[in-house]
Amino acid sequence: MGFESANNNSILSKLAINEEHGENSPYFDGWKAYDNDPFHPLKHPNGVIQMGLAENQLCFDLTEEWIKKNPKASICSTEGIKSFKAIANFQDYHGLPEFRRAIAKFMEKTRGGRVTFDPDRVVMAGGATGANETIIFCLADSGDAFLVPSPYYSAFNRDLRWRTGVELIPIHCESCNNFQITTKAVKEAYENAQKANIKVKGLILTNPSNPLGTTLDEDTLKSLLNFTNQHNIHLVCDEIYTATVFDTPQFVSIAEVLNDNETNYCNKDLVHIVYSLSKDMGLPGFRIGIVYSFNDAVVNCARKMSSFGLISTQTQHFLAAMLSDEKFVANYLAESAKRLAKRHKYFTNGLLEVGIKCLKSNAGLFCWMDLRPLLRESTFDSEMSLWRVIINEVKLNVSPGSSFDCQEPGFFRVCFANMDDETVDIALSRIRRFVGVKRSGDESNAVEKKQQWKKNNLRLSFSKRMYDESVLSPLSSPIPHSPQVR
Amino acid sequence: MTNSPTKTTTISSGGATSAMRVIVPLQGVVQGRGGLFLGSVIPCALFYFWQLYLKRNRNRRPSSNNNNAESGSSGSTHLPDVSSGSGLQRVHSRILLSPKGTSGQSQVSVRANSVISKQIDSSPCFVGLNKASQDPYDEFSNPDGVIQLGLDENKLSLDLVQEWLAENVSRWMMAEDLSISGIATYQPFDGLLELKVAVAGFMSQAVDNSVSFSPSQMVLTGGATPALEILSFCLADPGNAFLVPSPYYPEDVKWRTGVEIIPVPCRSADNFSLSIDALDRAFNQAKKRGLKVRGVIISNPSNPVGNMFSRETLYNLLDFATEKNIHVISNEILAGSSYGGEEFVSIAEIIDSEDFDRNRVHIVYGLSKDLSLPGFRVGAIYTCNENVLAVVKKLTRFSSISVPTQHLLIQMLSDAKFVQQFIKRNRERLRRMYSLFVSGLKQLGIECTKSSGGFYCWADMSRLIRSYNEKGEIELWDNLLNVAKINATPGSSCHCVEPGWFRLCFTTLSEKDISTVMRRIQKVLETRKSLS
Repeated sequence: MGFESANNNSILSKLAINEEHGENSPYFDGWKAYDNDPFHPLKHPNGVIQMGLAENQLCFDLTEEWIKKNPKASICSTEGIKSFKAIANFQDYHGLPEFRRAIAKFMEKTRGGRVTFDPDRVVMAGGATGANETIIFCLADSGDAFLVPSPYYSAFNRDLRWRTGVELIPIHCESCNNFQITTKAVKEAYENAQKANIKVKGLILTNPSNPLGTTLDEDTLKSLLNFTNQHNIHLVCDEIYTATVFDTPQFVSIAEVLNDNETNYCNKDLVHIVYSLSKDMGLPGFRIGIVYSFNDAVVNCARKMSSFGLISTQTQHFLAAMLSDEKFVANYLAESAKRLAKRHKYFTNGLLEVGIKCLKSNAGLFCWMDLRPLLRESTFDSEMSLWRVIINEVKLNVSPGSSFDCQEPGFFRVCFANMDDETVDIALSRIRRFVGVKRSGDESNAVEKKQQWKKNNLRLSFSKRMYDESVLSPLSSPIPHSPQVR
Repeated sequence: MTNSPTKTTTISSGGATSAMRVIVPLQGVVQGRGGLFLGSVIPCALFYFWQLYLKRNRNRRPSSNNNNAESGSSGSTHLPDVSSGSGLQRVHSRILLSPKGTSGQSQVSVRANSVISKQIDSSPCFVGLNKASQDPYDEFSNPDGVIQLGLDENKLSLDLVQEWLAENVSRWMMAEDLSISGIATYQPFDGLLELKVAVAGFMSQAVDNSVSFSPSQMVLTGGATPALEILSFCLADPGNAFLVPSPYYPEDVKWRTGVEIIPVPCRSADNFSLSIDALDRAFNQAKKRGLKVRGVIISNPSNPVGNMFSRETLYNLLDFATEKNIHVISNEILAGSSYGGEEFVSIAEIIDSEDFDRNRVHIVYGLSKDLSLPGFRVGAIYTCNENVLAVVKKLTRFSSISVPTQHLLIQMLSDAKFVQQFIKRNRERLRRMYSLFVSGLKQLGIECTKSSGGFYCWADMSRLIRSYNEKGEIELWDNLLNVAKINATPGSSCHCVEPGWFRLCFTTLSEKDISTVMRRIQKVLETRKSLS
């Protein structure tokens, strides 16, 4: 049969065959390890703890409480069922008007009421993933490029590039100035692209940053806006972590900068925001992605594209009710920030106790760990070795900096908001043990240190083989996760 | 060469004398003086300034200067000044100057530009839908409103679903394992396994258990629209083509994938069933045009005609696909909405029973039609091709089903008794409405093709159109919309090669409304008879 012969693959598209989805990269090995041996406090206490998933589980109790008190919001309740017919039948890609109003209002609240958002510019997409892809489809053609400050969310390589054919050009940020974006670096990236004859259509950044957990200050935002405006390229701000800001400095949205006297001459048609409720409200399962553009044509185009990723009207209806409850929203945002601050402090202090520093951050569901002192050598190979040790020996799935395109080896992103307090303690104790072992190894002389390292590796060899087997066998996990989610 | 700037400024000054001033240098060009450069600069400059003039006289929003496209790269060498961002208001000239697309500093993508051109918004589909939504008919509050017959939604059986919900909601809400973390957290993007099982079960019921669909061959998506697009991305490269029997209801498959759709005309003489000869002809024509055909996309039951593929046609189609080594995508989202006398045959049944290569057949399904839940965005891709399955699983991350909706549907579709009853009663209601509607049309002298599935009938109004072409058809459509105040879908919107056919959906009506519709159509008929 023609299909079943060796050229089965040739009958698929190039997109289907290429590796641009990135899921065969070594960075998914951590996920595979977790899938094969997931931690459970009772059933698998020695399993791998998931610290590579940026999920906000700290305020589920608040959401649950609200659901119980507001049965009308759900069409699956005796109170809410009256709305069922209208909701189930509604498939207009404009979305329910009350949903758009609620989202616009929520976006205002999370920015402290300092800006207003127009509900008619709120466009739906299939999660933040879909929203990011949609905006790129609207702004760039295959072969065009977007600048992106690095380190950046690794799935951008797939979400922004795979189906769109658009390239990403990193703007390198360095640890010496805490990974801040410098005008010099932006200019350099842009000019290099020009020299290579690559057409840059825009700049996309995540603010608050993933993986750094930092927010951009007003001056940086202004200079970025000036830069993009000057070069007539788009500026896309992925602000999905807005409400995860738990400390000063206060978050500044690009929407605020647009209104500022110094920059309000800038062309609004070049500015776009991507938003979602996956992080801020801890509802990634709901698949709520929002494209908010100041450009009418882009709103129009994105709206038509939203047919490919509309949000279930049941979900729209529910959220319209929940997000319109001002008292609940205000309380939720305050409480969420409080709990994130507490968890962040507890975790980073726990790391500090064993000498592990994190980049000072004020937002996000993760921290940017500096494990450079633990590297054998300052190389990426060393980083990968250390990472494999952390997965297989320490049994924590963390994400290596190189997967975020970090140019300096030794940094790791570790998520702390997707677990309860007890699990955090277990994770910290495992880290303490590991660092303790490493330290005692380091204290002996250089030769012995190498032998100790090899010993550690030898100890790993059994589990390594298991791990290798799991890599070689087809990925058939009991909980098929899409790997490397934020 | 040095004369050229003067000449261009002369041209831009306007007025009657400019005409002479244009002709003289052009004569020079023709006679060989001035050369190729002038010969290209002058017409291009003329054209450019004409566009500028047109644009200035159009009502445009001030913020839209960034929406204008650059002249294409193939033509831009003649207009170096224009393309360097001189601040001139550029006209949307993409379509006119360069069909290939834009380069230089175009602000948005080619895809976005195609939407800006508003060609989509002025199509009869959109205009009709808009008008109907602005002035919707209501028996009591707006009896003169527009009756919507252009939306293929099924409202006939929604009450059955609501009934189920009412009966089961309290029991379901008590379920212990339905905690917030099960609903709110990240779940597999290709759908919960329990929902795959439930949808597979529903699909099997929809085809009267002639096939047993396996959940492991399924990937769930946020609706049938993304399902079709995802398959297209997977099976074809930009510039490749799919053959689609026409008339077909336009789907947005082309837009982002860059894949061409080649209609394969079906004719009334064949009751609009697919002829393999026509398929072969279309395939060869595509080949001559240098287009690589990657597959055939069929809808079964079809939209807009509502007929079903016979077993024989499906065999022949698969033979054809095997011979040409291409894919077959079967859009079976109306499988459960078949009501005709003959059985519905899914392509899955054919590949199950016969020795065809399963790897080339892919089925698109969804709950928007068969379960009347378009708002919930539930679609599925069903394929036995493991390579396709693996890719499609990854692609569905861009359009996943909202988890609370997944849980609701797991409960609903796992209720086998409900599913069975629903499909049965829905079919009965569809059958009844169809026969009432079609006989009403027959009494007016309007014949319909025999439909066996779907929410509409395919009516032959060719005797009523003034000129036997698309223009005549649109004129009748307009009459129906504005005089009779019914929104029907003209065949030209569905790429029908024979003018005068209209799709009329009857599933948003009550039985009482049918007589109102017929009365209104009769009014138009009488007006046309009296004028002819």
